[in-house]
Amino acid sequence: MSDVALRMEGVYKMFRKGEVFNSLRDLIPALTGRMFNRQELSATDRREFWALQDLSFEVRRGEAFGIVGHNGAGKSTALKILSRIMKPTRGKIHVDGRLSALIEVTAGFHQDFTGRENIFLHGAILGMDKREIKAKLDQIIAFSGLEEFIDTPVKRYSSGMYARLGFSVAAHVNPDVLIVDEVLSVGDYLFQKKCIQRMKEVIRGGSAVVFVSHNLKNITEFCRSCLLLEKGRTVKIGPAQDVVSTYMHRSRSADAADDKTPVRISKVTVRNRCGESLRFQSGEKAWIDVEICANAHCGKLSLSIYLLDSEFQSVFDTSTERLGLGNFSLDKGQVYHCSFELDLNLVDGIFHPCFVVYRYDTQTLYDIWEPAATIYVSSETDVRGVVNCFPKVVRHEIQAVSEPSYAPPADTVQAMPDGAGLAR
Amino acid sequence: MTEELRELYRYRDLFYTIVRRDINVRYKQSAMGFLWALLMPTLIVGAGVIVRYGLALASGKHLDNADIAAVAVKSVPWAFLVSSIRFSCISLTTNTTLVTKIYFPKEIFPLAAVLASLFDCAVASVPLVILLLVLKTGWSLCLFEVPVLIMTMIVLAAGISMIVSAGSLFFRDVKYIVEAVLTFAILFTPVVYDVQMFGDKGKWLLINPAAPILEGISDCVTRQQWPELSWLAYSMVFALIAFFGGYAFFKHLEPAFAESI
Repeated sequence: MSDVALRMEGVYKMFRKGEVFNSLRDLIPALTGRMFNRQELSATDRREFWALQDLSFEVRRGEAFGIVGHNGAGKSTALKILSRIMKPTRGKIHVDGRLSALIEVTAGFHQDFTGRENIFLHGAILGMDKREIKAKLDQIIAFSGLEEFIDTPVKRYSSGMYARLGFSVAAHVNPDVLIVDEVLSVGDYLFQKKCIQRMKEVIRGGSAVVFVSHNLKNITEFCRSCLLLEKGRTVKIGPAQDVVSTYMHRSRSADAADDKTPVRISKVTVRNRCGESLRFQSGEKAWIDVEICANAHCGKLSLSIYLLDSEFQSVFDTSTERLGLGNFSLDKGQVYHCSFELDLNLVDGIFHPCFVVYRYDTQTLYDIWEPAATIYVSSETDVRGVVNCFPKVVRHEIQAVSEPSYAPPADTVQAMPDGAGLAR
Repeated sequence: MTEELRELYRYRDLFYTIVRRDINVRYKQSAMGFLWALLMPTLIVGAGVIVRYGLALASGKHLDNADIAAVAVKSVPWAFLVSSIRFSCISLTTNTTLVTKIYFPKEIFPLAAVLASLFDCAVASVPLVILLLVLKTGWSLCLFEVPVLIMTMIVLAAGISMIVSAGSLFFRDVKYIVEAVLTFAILFTPVVYDVQMFGDKGKWLLINPAAPILEGISDCVTRQQWPELSWLAYSMVFALIAFFGGYAFFKHLEPAFAESI
């Protein structure tokens, strides 16, 4: 077996838009009509719609590959072609080994069957044989956490339980290629953590995983490389981090085209001491200028700034209101300028400054740029985490002592159980 | 086609699971339970007795046990053919999520419908045998021919079921056409009557590929004679063509299922 588990080469997929004949009653008159009227034929030919154009990528064993894009970008079509449910109009797909898809985790369930019966049914649908399911049955039931209800018909399950059972079965198929479409969002927080853990195990176990999600944090967490699709075309393919930030920037510029919002952010620039820049040294000062335009009168506005780290977790958040500036109002045609000065006490890495214009009392969000930019911080010292506290070692020596020095001083020990300082 | 058949074999566990599901669904939680399998053959036998009685009256003869036995023997395989076509016809459209979301050989659905109907047929065979004993039907070595005839019926049913299931996925009115054909097919098939009654013109009835099989079963069981081989060969060839033709047709359309359903 080669190292590459999955390869797509120049895949195109075309759908026909418009009239689809799904009954003979409609088809037969249309066919006879078409024989006499040739123009109609060419009209239907023009209604072609290319859902995918020239898609190529490959995924190695033990590697996860992400696909991001808006709804209708062609992600689901790509997955359906990968899982052989649809045939590409042109191009080649090569899959080495068993392929399994976590697309609709409860697709194979039958309402009248018990949880246990459904494990067998769904397992078989996902390509496991009976022996394999029997061997993994206890593991699957334990993973789902539904031991108590496993002999109850699934129609009595809550939707969460239903999805959990489905995921548990699917997660225990050991495929060479696994396709995951937006299924990690089932169940509660704890179950999601379990799912993510399980996914990592599957990847470590040597499966190639293709991962589609709107949860960009999951994408950056799992995938080394990633593909950005837009209207069926490959916009970018490369390291997940870069592709996801390209995706976010592009989606923001698409939103900004909408002029109807009464207030919108029109420009964001990031400067260092010398001028516009996106590269900073840790601890350096950054100035971020924001311009806000109004198309109509708006009162009691605030501008919020926050920073996201490479995994799109917020690491810093404040607003003009919280900084004590109060609200501001804008009339039609007015432009608001604001410059923030930030001390970038951050560790090595990528950060995304983001902006939101909102009105607190009515809870209205007027415009959001997430992210407004991407900055790269580099640090000379090896510090990890989020915040650079600029550590300095001020004492560094080894002493020989006769008595153990790790026992805390006697007065500290007494102060603890007493807690006198806290009580008052 | 060999590659595709090999893949179908690889998915045999799923095939059995789906068959078991189809059977379970039909028998679980239904008050009718096993009676359901008997309903169709009982109705056919009832109708057959009335028709035969009328014919006997008209020709001034008596209705004898052999006539009733012939109707009963043919009613079970006929009910099997009808119910396998009926269930397979909707087998793809009732499993939309599976058809559009997960890959596996989709012919499993119509074929499982055929096998589940065969189970009904087996259930109905028990009272059929009792009835034949009550009617004091004799037996002979010809009974060994019956499994071959049943097998031909299964192959024919499988072929038709693949064609109608794929057809009804693309065109929603195929279901109604099939239903209408099945309703009246019994009048064109020698189930409640025998081909012999038509004398020389009977051969026209045997063009219906199900007819030589049913007549053959009736010959073997109630008349203790070997069926007419030439017509039987015709049915077998027809069944094989229907099966492989239907399979090729199904496989040709399968890639378009997900986007058309």
